[in-house]
Amino acid sequence: MVFLGGQVLPGNVGRAILGPFADQGAVDTLNHTLGVDRPLLTQYWSWISNFVQGDMGTSYIYRSPVAPLVVDALGNSVKLAFVAFVLVIPIGILGGAVAALNLNRPLDRIITLGGLSMTVLPEFVTGIILILIFGVWLRWLPISAAWPHDAGFFRQLYHLILPSMPLFLVLFGYVGRMARSGMIEALDSDYTRTAVLKGLPWRTVIWRHVLRNALLPTITVIATQTGYLIGGLVVIETLFRYQGVGSLIFTAARGKDFPILVSGTLVVGIVYAVATLAADFLYSMLNPRISLGNEQ
Amino acid sequence: MTNSAKAENALELTDLSVAYRVAGRNRAVLRNLSLTIGQGEAYGLVGESGCGKSTVALTVVRYLPRNGSITGGAISLDGQNVMKLDAEALRRARAESVSMVYQDPGKALNPSIRVGRQLTEIFELGGVSGRAATDRAIAMLNRVRISDPVSVMQRYPHQLSGGMQQRVAIAMALANDPSMLILDEPTTGLDATVEAEVLDLIAQLRQELSASILFISHNLAVVSNMCDRVGVLYAGMLVEEGPTEVVFNDPRHPYTVALLRCLPRGGQRKDQGRLDTIPGFLPGIGADIKGCAFADRCALADDRCRSELPPLYDLGGRLSRCFHHDKAQALPRATPSDVAPVPKPAAAPVLRVARLNKTYASHGHALRAVKDVSLDLLPGETLGLVGESGSGKTTFARLLLGLVPPDDGGTIELEGKALAPRLENRSDDQIKAMQIVFQNPDSALNRSHSIRHLIGRALKRLAGLSGKALESRLNDLVRSVRLTDRHLAVKPRQLSGGLKQRVAIARAFAGDPRIVVCDEPTSALDVSVQAAILNLLADLQSKEDVSYIFISHDLAVVRYLSDKIAVLYLGRIMELGPSEDVFSGPHHPYTEALLSAVPKLDQTETARIRLDGEIPSATNPPSGCVFHTRCPRKIGAICEQQEPLLAEARPGHAIRCHIPYAQLAKLQSSTPPLEAMG
Repeated sequence: MVFLGGQVLPGNVGRAILGPFADQGAVDTLNHTLGVDRPLLTQYWSWISNFVQGDMGTSYIYRSPVAPLVVDALGNSVKLAFVAFVLVIPIGILGGAVAALNLNRPLDRIITLGGLSMTVLPEFVTGIILILIFGVWLRWLPISAAWPHDAGFFRQLYHLILPSMPLFLVLFGYVGRMARSGMIEALDSDYTRTAVLKGLPWRTVIWRHVLRNALLPTITVIATQTGYLIGGLVVIETLFRYQGVGSLIFTAARGKDFPILVSGTLVVGIVYAVATLAADFLYSMLNPRISLGNEQ
Repeated sequence: MTNSAKAENALELTDLSVAYRVAGRNRAVLRNLSLTIGQGEAYGLVGESGCGKSTVALTVVRYLPRNGSITGGAISLDGQNVMKLDAEALRRARAESVSMVYQDPGKALNPSIRVGRQLTEIFELGGVSGRAATDRAIAMLNRVRISDPVSVMQRYPHQLSGGMQQRVAIAMALANDPSMLILDEPTTGLDATVEAEVLDLIAQLRQELSASILFISHNLAVVSNMCDRVGVLYAGMLVEEGPTEVVFNDPRHPYTVALLRCLPRGGQRKDQGRLDTIPGFLPGIGADIKGCAFADRCALADDRCRSELPPLYDLGGRLSRCFHHDKAQALPRATPSDVAPVPKPAAAPVLRVARLNKTYASHGHALRAVKDVSLDLLPGETLGLVGESGSGKTTFARLLLGLVPPDDGGTIELEGKALAPRLENRSDDQIKAMQIVFQNPDSALNRSHSIRHLIGRALKRLAGLSGKALESRLNDLVRSVRLTDRHLAVKPRQLSGGLKQRVAIARAFAGDPRIVVCDEPTSALDVSVQAAILNLLADLQSKEDVSYIFISHDLAVVRYLSDKIAVLYLGRIMELGPSEDVFSGPHHPYTEALLSAVPKLDQTETARIRLDGEIPSATNPPSGCVFHTRCPRKIGAICEQQEPLLAEARPGHAIRCHIPYAQLAKLQSSTPPLEAMG
């Protein structure tokens, strides 16, 4: 898809690289060297067969193999996404659960309304506000996510806290809302009534009977956010000067650097598919009603 | 009833009032309800939905919905004032002395926890854990007659059948040896044979355990078989109470009288007269009731009834809240019983089905959902389809409607013309000639359209009408299903279940159908509404000469409406014949068992034929006669080896059984088979 999209876009690769004043002959020669003057299907075939062998081609702009660039960026993205997830999953679920347990009381309203308003605020707004507060004013956290080359794990983590905050704020609304509605449904269910009427202590009812059933839908939502967290963070990555997949693809798209654009997008797609698959596995493990194909 | 005089009652409700807060106002649901249940007594609470039955149960265990509150009165459980208990004491009361079983066991059990764990946690509350708790759980499952408790313990609820799930739920309720057991519609929604099993189980357990029982049900027959005393609830008030037999045989409140008249009883049939109905509706919750709550719907009501609340008259061991309790049974009928039976001219069959088969592929096995079904249906005739869940009733209906294609070879003929197997290959005329009414009108009606739009669209699509013609046909149709103009503007959710079902019926009749498939059309409705719908179907039939294929698990209802019955088991017709012949017998042993499983209002004998186990899997049906594994009248090896033919025993009445007809007649005129006498 992306491959086709890149082809129909106006613009000439050779012209883009060599600039408007280059000789037409030089442009044609370059195009021929890059192979972009070949028929579409041939190009696609050579690209996809190289891709599955790990060769993603050569970047037009950086003049270096694409694979290391994409892999580095992906590694960075995964780190950022990981930190955001570590923050949002427990806090989001906790927030949703607390809201559900205090349904329609002030605490519920604060969590629901707060989460919702954070979700609708674009991350560049919250990002800038957070930079101003923690980076400029309080000077607690570094405003750039790019850490020194020799940075260890904790140093990297320290740099990632601020960039992951806006992500946390955006996702908290989603995760919290799903957790809340899952909890409400589970709390109203007949099996919860059964558990309460058995005379089980409230704590046991919640931990053993409610939570597990309540959180099943939330898992799916979290998985669908993985794609966004890995590949959709252009704004955040630009804002915090962070080399993730999002900004890599964005730069490539601006410079018509097809090898990076296509490979980067495909990698994000693969990550997304893997995350969804993992969520499905987790879901079926937690939900005994889904057995994987074979009858018991 | 004899225990009610004892000093200590298992449950005492005194002037109990409960309200639900809706739109900022407290609306009364229970109004000064007083009742007592003696130690070891079984007390039945009956009434239509919305009269507050379940609220009573939830109030006793203090599990009202968030917006519910007790606004007055007292609840005493085993001498303990439930309303004064703090959270911990309440938890202990629930753990130790009161248990509850309710409708829909599939939802009552936690879907993601194994059955065993759900049981052992109860014993852990009592300080028994580990191996000992497992042993106790196994013993408990044995007690509810689960034959393989060790393997059931390892399973998840969804891996059990509905009947098994309800047994597990009962085992859980009895695990703490409660003094009070509340059963809220415990068999509603289960198959008739499963219902019979569960009721038998409860009856047996009653003799083994000391628990008192509060049995809540809309099914009067079930209550009459299970309970010593019964209370009739109307608009949150007790209107009649007394020993079960006395109340049901000699009711003293017009509401009880009317409820009993709504039921098709004693083999009543549509050509013997309409069912009586109860006009009007139950007062909504929180309604301001001045006089007798039933006055608006009661033909005996006078000015006094409308202005003054009748007291509960003590009529010697029984109570009635009616000024006219002495003449309650003289209540005039709300619906005239007259029907003009139209003698049916012998006509060509409107539907002819021959050798219809449907095989599904299920994990590499062939699942024969419908096997070799052949039958005819005359115009204006009703065919009742009877059988347990999984017997192929619904699949058969879907084949007729073209929703799923049958296997090659079978034929369906409508008015002499062969029907294409798939709906999309049928002509418009053929499609509109065959319509369906579902069990649940809620999901069948688009909630975002008005009733006028819903019926109008059906007229446009099915009858091809528009403009003036559509208007006038719409008005006719609406009147013929007894809706009024007032109903046309509203959306489905603003209508009651009965009214919604009328809309669904109107829609099905929009294209002048020849055949209407009714799939459990009254199962979700109260008896008074059910009676009105059955009357409506019968009236429409005699007027329009339409044929019905009527599916219901309620055999009395099937019998009332059907001219012909097909009894299905594992996709095969086991018996096919005129309704009266099939019901009065001699009949197939399976039919015999089905009929015997039905709780009856006017019978006290309890020797039923019990069908052991579950309906076998259709992927691996038993050899020979498919019913032999559960047949109480099995005669020997021939049943296991050779499948009997569906042979005509008498003209028009065919039975698939190795036992000769005369022999069946002899067997069934005497006692039930030995196995069932236990």
